Amino acid sequence: MRAARDIHAPAVLFSWQRIGAMILRNLYVLRRSWPRILELAYWPMMQMLLWGFITTFFVQHSSWVAQAAGVLISAVLLWDVLFRANLGVSLPFTEEMWARNLGQLFVSPLRVHEMVASLLIMSFIRTLISVTPAALLALPLYDVWVFKLGPPLITFFANLLVMGWSVGLVASALVLRYGLGAESLCWLGIFLFAPLSGIYYPIDSLPGWLQPLAWALPSAHVFEGMRSVLFDGVFRVDLFLGAVALNVLYLALACAFFLYMAHVARQRGLLMQQGE
Amino acid sequence: MTGSSGSPVATVDNLTKRFGEVTALDSIGFSVAEGSITALLGGNGAGKTTTLAILLGLLLPTSGSVTVFGEDMLRHRYRVLPRMNFSSPYVDLPKRLSVVENLTVYAHLYGLDHIPERVAGVARDMGISPFLDRPTGTLSAGQNTRVALAKALLNEPRLLLVDEPTASLDPDTADWVRGYLESYRRRTGATILLASHNMAEVERLCDHVVMLHEGKIVDRGSPADLITRYGRHTLEEVFLDIVRHRRSAGNRRAAGDGKDGNVLPVAR
Repeated sequence: MRAARDIHAPAVLFSWQRIGAMILRNLYVLRRSWPRILELAYWPMMQMLLWGFITTFFVQHSSWVAQAAGVLISAVLLWDVLFRANLGVSLPFTEEMWARNLGQLFVSPLRVHEMVASLLIMSFIRTLISVTPAALLALPLYDVWVFKLGPPLITFFANLLVMGWSVGLVASALVLRYGLGAESLCWLGIFLFAPLSGIYYPIDSLPGWLQPLAWALPSAHVFEGMRSVLFDGVFRVDLFLGAVALNVLYLALACAFFLYMAHVARQRGLLMQQGE
Repeated sequence: MTGSSGSPVATVDNLTKRFGEVTALDSIGFSVAEGSITALLGGNGAGKTTTLAILLGLLLPTSGSVTVFGEDMLRHRYRVLPRMNFSSPYVDLPKRLSVVENLTVYAHLYGLDHIPERVAGVARDMGISPFLDRPTGTLSAGQNTRVALAKALLNEPRLLLVDEPTASLDPDTADWVRGYLESYRRRTGATILLASHNMAEVERLCDHVVMLHEGKIVDRGSPADLITRYGRHTLEEVFLDIVRHRRSAGNRRAAGDGKDGNVLPVAR
């Protein structure tokens, strides 16, 4: 049995065992609490019901929406991917602060970038748990099968997931820096991007001066691409590549920001003052 | 108490930590000999926890160096952390997870093999087997202390840092914790550095004491040596002598009588 490592063993830069440990820790929490799992699926399903009935009404009264009855429902689902991906990163991190466990983690061999990797993987799992029931519910209720978007759906999902990761990491870093008084950023921060993402309307319906800002968001490329598939049956590669490029940039910046804030936390002694 | 004269496992040199205008540590330096139990002794705000946090890499110093197992802790802490561990009443384990879940997660974080056996073994040692399946948040203070120690001993650390190991414990549990720390050191030859303001505890457990007051080292030595040197009967009397003397010296300086109050032996 190996209890302690060899004194001269080299430090491993990236350990799947440590990342797995953090995922296990979060799965233990989910497994122990069925209300948490229910809560994950609850809001996407409520959104689906609300927007589904609005769509049903519009289809009867608007020729624009009638062209593609699934557009609002698909938009609702994809927005939830972004929202849940953000929460999937920031909530497990904030939970470590609520539990006053961050100090224990930072003195263990877990590296900060491994913690980030585990948060991203947990976000993927939580997002799937969140949006899958709502996506399935749309078929019997509204005869909308979101998976008919086909392979483009995977690209939309992936891009929104990564954007959610970036926003979640920035929110987590700010909570680490400014304490639990800033925890509402986990829920509210993402809505800053909602008006500019063109979730329910084309980007060119925004005021001209706002449009460049909108196009700087990966989400604007995704929702515009979604409308292109649903209205015209065309997958816009330019929009896809634009979203990927922006996501690579923003995720790199978000990771760097999180690592920097972890360093600041070590300078200021913030890791010793967790909890409420 | 067993004496120890091993080579240093940890060395702190000229360590200073400032939080804005507040100086939490002021150029302190000491070494912890291999196989020893060393205490950082001081009142509230003396700098004990700050020193431990810097030794663990949880806090970055303003200046100075920290060497653990021959490695620069500020640059290469991940080479050292697998051989260390830490227990404190001021950091928790997730309350919603059961005891066995918490220990399993940390066993993975420390890269251990044969985890179920290791967790069962450390649970047996700590007497926590009966409540392994209970949520950690439902445990009493004494049970929590044992679980925290179990987590700290999972990787059989060669250097164990313990912050106020018996704070808020009843005398029986506190005595059990002290006994366990002694037996762990005897059995494994590990080095233990503990921060405490419990003088009787330090007197019983420790080979060496570093006395801190307001971020400075005011004296050091074995408990017996300090008691003899100050002509007192207990470490508590020694501590009170030092603190009260320095406080009155500080007051005299503040009043401007020009005398240097620092006449007690201040070892470096």
